[in-house]
Amino acid sequence: MKLILLYSLRNLIRRKLTTLLTASGMALVILVFSAVLMLSEGLRKTLIKTGSPDNVVVIRKSAGSEVQSGIDKEQANIIEISPEISLNDRGKRLVAKELVVLIGLTKKGTDKLSNVVIRGVMEMSLPLRSQVRLKEGKMIRWGTNEIIVGSKIAENFDGVKIGSFLSFGQRQWQVVGIFDGGTTGFNSEIWADVEQLKQSFRRPTYSSIIFKLSDLKDFENLKMRLENDPRLTVEVKKEMQYYEDQSAMMTRFIKVLGVSMTIVFSIGAILGAMITMYSAVAQRKREIGTLRALGFQKVTILAAFLMESLLLSFAGCIGGLFLSSFLQFYTISTMNWQTFSELAFSFTLTPKIILQSLIFSLIMGVIGGLIPALKASSQKIVDALRTD
Amino acid sequence: MAKLEKIIEIESLYKSFRKGNQIIPVLQNISFDIMDGEFLALMGPSGSGKSTLLNLIAGIDKPDSGSIFVQGIDITNLDERTLSRWRSEHVGFIFQFYNLIPVLTAFENIELPLLMMNLSAKDRKEHVDFALSIVGLYDRKDHYPKQLSGGQQQRVAIARAIVTDPSIIVADEPTGDLDKKSAEDVLNLMSELNQKFGKTIIMVTHDLRAAKYAKSMKYLDKGVLINGSAEIFI
Ligand SMILES: Nc1ncnc2c1ncn2[C@@H]1O[C@H](COP(=O)(O)OP(=O)(O)O)[C@@H](O)[C@H]1O
Ligand SMILES: [Mg+2]
Repeated sequence: MKLILLYSLRNLIRRKLTTLLTASGMALVILVFSAVLMLSEGLRKTLIKTGSPDNVVVIRKSAGSEVQSGIDKEQANIIEISPEISLNDRGKRLVAKELVVLIGLTKKGTDKLSNVVIRGVMEMSLPLRSQVRLKEGKMIRWGTNEIIVGSKIAENFDGVKIGSFLSFGQRQWQVVGIFDGGTTGFNSEIWADVEQLKQSFRRPTYSSIIFKLSDLKDFENLKMRLENDPRLTVEVKKEMQYYEDQSAMMTRFIKVLGVSMTIVFSIGAILGAMITMYSAVAQRKREIGTLRALGFQKVTILAAFLMESLLLSFAGCIGGLFLSSFLQFYTISTMNWQTFSELAFSFTLTPKIILQSLIFSLIMGVIGGLIPALKASSQKIVDALRTD
Repeated sequence: MAKLEKIIEIESLYKSFRKGNQIIPVLQNISFDIMDGEFLALMGPSGSGKSTLLNLIAGIDKPDSGSIFVQGIDITNLDERTLSRWRSEHVGFIFQFYNLIPVLTAFENIELPLLMMNLSAKDRKEHVDFALSIVGLYDRKDHYPKQLSGGQQQRVAIARAIVTDPSIIVADEPTGDLDKKSAEDVLNLMSELNQKFGKTIIMVTHDLRAAKYAKSMKYLDKGVLINGSAEIFI
């Protein structure tokens, strides 16, 4: 009924200050809630962009990620001669066998170790990543201890510049180039010759095999063939899918952490709404009695007060989203993560996040408003009407 | 004047309230009839149970025992939902403190009871306008209660009480909060509703001047009805 909505709305407007304070509390919760979701969405978007649409990643079956994966030489040899792999303009297969290891590096201005990905690469690794280009210095000479580093690594870590040495895997490695990975996770990696890296870390296996398909339509066949080949124990994914799956784990972690935090905050906001609504019910006791006497049913009273609480939380939601929309202009450049340390990404607002915030705020509204609304609707009429 | 037909039949009504573990008897063995078209003043000292009796007749409270037949229906047997609907169709309420909804305009306050009927917005407007014209406040329809004087607020409340055209109007101390002039206006209006529109009115008051506007009186003392001899006690 239109008049119920009007009634609830006007009551909210009438007690401006309480309404503003209560809605602000809810807005803050929604700000945190949506910020967490925007953060994980921004991370997801960045990570997915790390993959190219026609690239394929092969890792060990059920390894989950490159870090846990291991593919031995024999298997790698079978995979790299797959006929679906595209050729470059000089007729060479666009395929790279890579190794990923993690090392600790000291970040600038701190004495804390951050995990950094070292990727063992081959000649085709760079052409396979269209987003990555050498920005300073030169490419690795194959068979040497030369390395190139992502721009974020050069920015954020002590003593990482062209000509300097890094020590890991019981060797000294010389930085010869700095590459720019655009908005991808590669910015936070260090690349070395894969065979040198295998030796120095005494790894007998590769982590992954990356290649470009000459025709995307071949993917399903290729996947079927490789995954069912009795000589192989591998999992074949499109590169974008791979990074999407990678991000899922991380974004889920952020979400779980962030959302549990928000739920704790929301208890405060819900209590605020509850107190506001309780005092509204107490103040309008006689009014409620009158409406009931006139013949309005209990459910109508319940609906009116619940509506008031929902409008309150809706206002909070709009306010919170308004504030969090400004976060989109803010880029997070440091984020220490197990595999994706030093990622640059920004808060990303999506329609889904708006919807989720709306649902979350309405849940707050219902929880905060239900008990006061039940109280309002279950009062005895004569008690509510009594003036003495 | 009165069509000699019973509209309300009250039979051996008992009502008590509980205060802690103490039970306070408020009404004892009340039995009387109210004729259709009557304007009854219910009098008695404060605390004698007038409001309690009125509330029972209006169907906003239930007795401990006894029955109240209104147009043949025992309203003490109706369940909550049915009773609510019954009130919205048959009873108009006038309160001592007007009890208008502060956030609604005069028009919207009067419209409230119509929201429970199945009426179009246009029909509702017609009804509200008619009720407004009866109480003479058509030009104040967009004012909020706090923009109106006490007497005007009570007239809006009267318009709200009659807008659904109920057969019974209950009024609990309707002039209790008004100055003499406004009180007279309100009482004249109630007389008019009774005489011109044939409404059965039950009015609780302890003001003898107000009671004079009624056609008959009943006197309550300590929850017991003293029949037909009210004047003796005043
Ligand atoms: N809802 C209630 N709860 C408890 N006691 C009540 C309630 N309503 C009325 N009473 C008590 O019943 C008695 C009669 O009250 P009431 O009917 O309001 O008297 P009157 O209207 O004649 O002044 C008083 O003692 C009052 O305190
Ligand atoms: Mg009373």
